[in-house]
Amino acid sequence: MANLRELSRKDELLTGGHRACAGCGAPVAVRQVLKAVDTPVVVGCATGCLEVTTTIYPYSAWNVPFIHSAFENVAATVSGIEAAYRSLKRQGRIQRDIQFVAFGGDGGTYDIGFQALSGAMERGHDMVYICYDNQAYMNTGIQRSSATPRGAATTTSPAGRVATGGKSQYRKDLTAVMAAHDIPYVAQTTISHWNDLITKVRKAFAVEGPAFVNILAPCRLGWQIDSADSIEICRKAVDTCFWPLYEVENGVWKITVKPKEKKPITEWLRPQGRFRHLFKPGNEKIIEEIQADVDRRWEMLQKRCEVGGAGMMPRE
Amino acid sequence: MTGNEAVAEAMRQVNPDVVAAYPITPQTEIVQIFSTFVADGLVKTEFVTVESEHSAMSATIGAAAAGARAMTATSSQGFALMWEMLYIAAGLRLPIVMPVVNRALSAPINIHCDHSDTMGARDSGWIQIFSENAQEAYDNVIQAVRIAESRDVLLPAMVCMDGFIVSHGMESVKLLKDEEVRGFIGGYEPAYSLLDVDHPITVGALDFADWYFEHKRQEAAAEVPVAEVVRRVGEEYGKLSGRSYGLFEAYRLDDAEVAVVALGSTAGTAKAVVDELRREGVRAGVLKIRLYRPFPGDEIVRVLSGVKAIAVLDRSDTFSTMGGPVFIDIKASMYAPIYDDSVYDDSVHGPVRGSTHDRDARDTGARDTTQRPVIVNYIYGLGGRDIDLEQIRKVYERLQAIATTGEAGQCVSYLGVRE
Repeated sequence: MANLRELSRKDELLTGGHRACAGCGAPVAVRQVLKAVDTPVVVGCATGCLEVTTTIYPYSAWNVPFIHSAFENVAATVSGIEAAYRSLKRQGRIQRDIQFVAFGGDGGTYDIGFQALSGAMERGHDMVYICYDNQAYMNTGIQRSSATPRGAATTTSPAGRVATGGKSQYRKDLTAVMAAHDIPYVAQTTISHWNDLITKVRKAFAVEGPAFVNILAPCRLGWQIDSADSIEICRKAVDTCFWPLYEVENGVWKITVKPKEKKPITEWLRPQGRFRHLFKPGNEKIIEEIQADVDRRWEMLQKRCEVGGAGMMPRE
Repeated sequence: MTGNEAVAEAMRQVNPDVVAAYPITPQTEIVQIFSTFVADGLVKTEFVTVESEHSAMSATIGAAAAGARAMTATSSQGFALMWEMLYIAAGLRLPIVMPVVNRALSAPINIHCDHSDTMGARDSGWIQIFSENAQEAYDNVIQAVRIAESRDVLLPAMVCMDGFIVSHGMESVKLLKDEEVRGFIGGYEPAYSLLDVDHPITVGALDFADWYFEHKRQEAAAEVPVAEVVRRVGEEYGKLSGRSYGLFEAYRLDDAEVAVVALGSTAGTAKAVVDELRREGVRAGVLKIRLYRPFPGDEIVRVLSGVKAIAVLDRSDTFSTMGGPVFIDIKASMYAPIYDDSVYDDSVHGPVRGSTHDRDARDTGARDTTQRPVIVNYIYGLGGRDIDLEQIRKVYERLQAIATTGEAGQCVSYLGVRE
């Protein structure tokens, strides 16, 4: 359990003065993640909003060693850094204990970066991969990604005169896909639940080997919400079970925050401009289908947690 | 031993901190042999078996940015998949060394030798060194470490050798002792490291229009001293091994009237033809280019200036209707000195830092349009098509006719193809 007072006294490893939008979820996620690390940390970052807003030459918002090389390869780049660390440590050329964290948005993680991520996790590099999931290619102007939820209007899945429903596919359940890699730690969390987030990230850093944490982090521009509402909208994602908070520790599935009362999905959809068209007459069925999908997935998650993970035996 | 075995031995002796690798024919053997060195504890290397060549180069970049001596190896499609990251390795000024076993590019798929793969990245900012045989491939890998890591340079370097012809052909190769290699390359002390957590650095920042151009200009300036460093390292290596290296090999060129220019194993075949022709009284020579990027155009023009007719053999095409890449480079170099400081106004363009080009460079007769040699191009050997002594002899016969008449005829031809 993290103590807010203690956390607030820790150094800011991502400083203010970066150029992310007011209300952006990504720097909030990063600051919370870095508050959870105690040992020195090296950060890798995929191309995306986080990278471009924090490293505009000749400035850098990072108070820790930082590398960005390309869009799809942060997991591979950090694999190389971690391999160098292991090699140099074995040779006695460095003594310090260092942690490694890779940040990617949903585009650089669910889509183009998926291969490198899967490879790095399979190889067992001792790193924490953080996906800040804002559900579209926000950096390039809000194009749909495989993390974009069904019904969302983006610039490549617009709500038009004929196709009135926005994106027609459901989002990829990447957290479950990562759990299927059978790595020591996988979790899903969001910035509104800072304690849940920090507890999970601490666990992720504590394990030996790879860990993956998927963090829902709003893009106020893409979601078309007010800057002040970023945290509130994440709470709604949890309360409606659109974004359940859970972890898979050594193969054992566990829901970490169970909403007292499961709210209807409209509470998550209605405040966001990207879902506005769904509330127009004729689109009722889409909302019903989204609700049914959320219910189905929530049921599935609960069952997985009841049996400790879809029949998976915990590791010794 | 084979070229692949020789290169793997060189890598064992270099003993890099990190090797990231993905298999591809005909390179596979290099990392396969190297993995047994790792498994047998003969190297201190952390061996990262990545899931693609894109990740191989990405991990190598990460390792190099972390201050490690890092290597990978590839061929063909794998090289092409790395393409995006090649520019990033050079732009970040990371002294990575990569053996490349040259192989054709798809489509159609073909596993055999040509130079299409590395020619595709000739403008990526990497140093490119070509090897004629297994001995040179071995020697070049060791020298490439010194060249890339030179503080005047700090650029990645690839060592190219011909797929199957060199990679799988058996030759006797003289190896240095492990401690000789260790002494020659020395320890590696990076200027910056991501693992120096007390002095955090930001690598790979975003440049807008206010800085990108300056950083690319610095990258271009870093290429200028490469030739001098290659020459210096080649001489020093000669003292150690008895095998000295320069930017190119000018074989019987001093008094030559006709010459063939080639890269890689074909240069060896051409040298054999030249020996025969010389016995017949023909003044023939070969220019074997070793350092292809950065291109030592001024030096090459100087050494070719007395030749009357030249045939450039290109083992790849540019599909530009302009001929092969080496041909285009040499033709361009013959037109005017590249860094002629008499026409270069520092106050307007900024200085050419570290330039080794002297004012004499522009005084060669070759720059005079009336005296420029006649130059023709042959595209040959694509996809592993053999080139034999008889074909090269025919090239020289044509060059003799050109030297007599001064008429080139068709500028670009395809040698050994069924038309």
